[in-house]
Amino acid sequence: MTIDTNELAALRPDMTRFAYLLLRDSHAVEDVVQATMLTAIEKQDGFKNNSSLKTWLFTILRNKTIDSLRRGKREVSIADLSGNDDDDLEEVLFNQNGSWNQEAKPSAWGNPEVSFEQSEFWVVFNACLHNLPEKTSRVFMMREFLEFEVDDICKELSLTASNCWVTLHRARAKLRLCLDTNWFSGQGFEASGR
Amino acid sequence: MLSCKEANRLMSQELDRKLSWGENLGLKFHVSLCDSCANARQQMSFVRSACKHIFALDEKSDQ
Repeated sequence: MTIDTNELAALRPDMTRFAYLLLRDSHAVEDVVQATMLTAIEKQDGFKNNSSLKTWLFTILRNKTIDSLRRGKREVSIADLSGNDDDDLEEVLFNQNGSWNQEAKPSAWGNPEVSFEQSEFWVVFNACLHNLPEKTSRVFMMREFLEFEVDDICKELSLTASNCWVTLHRARAKLRLCLDTNWFSGQGFEASGR
Repeated sequence: MLSCKEANRLMSQELDRKLSWGENLGLKFHVSLCDSCANARQQMSFVRSACKHIFALDEKSDQ
């Protein structure tokens, strides 16, 4: 079936956002998004109306992003993954016995999924993702958005498995803290009528 | 018993690999007694869920 090019153009900001979180390079992102749109137009016969255009487009985008990651040989060195502020995270959260520091104890979020209905929540979440350090973000995004298995992330980025586990844990802990500070403990969630 | 720090490492890893029988038991036991870690675990799995929803894929309506 034929694709509406206006609809295609309307999805561009989301595609750009997605690719940027993985590539963190405006030129590479632009290339990937362009290539995705071209492929979509060339192969529009392959688009069946039983999935949304967006889902179909993102399948192409995923593959183009993976290609770009591979082409760019965006290797993550171990040094890059052990930046100072990241190393301190567990020390901020836990005391020497491995128990929670009083002020770091996670509070209950109730039924957090109701936030999915709020556009403000996605602004906050997107900002939290952008705030992750570049390399941490790449490992995390490969896992959660490209759905790589950890072994494959290690291979792609030449990391040890233990580096990968630590990096993923750090990313999740940072995102959890970011959401807690900027959404669940703040005005946003209260205003959503918890 | 696992420390909170160790439990947190495992609750992240359970999202990426199948924990061993012993690890799984240790984690379950810990979170059954520790509210803070139970909250942390819920929050980590919520982060995953948010990642699945952020681009609103598999839905006809776009954000």
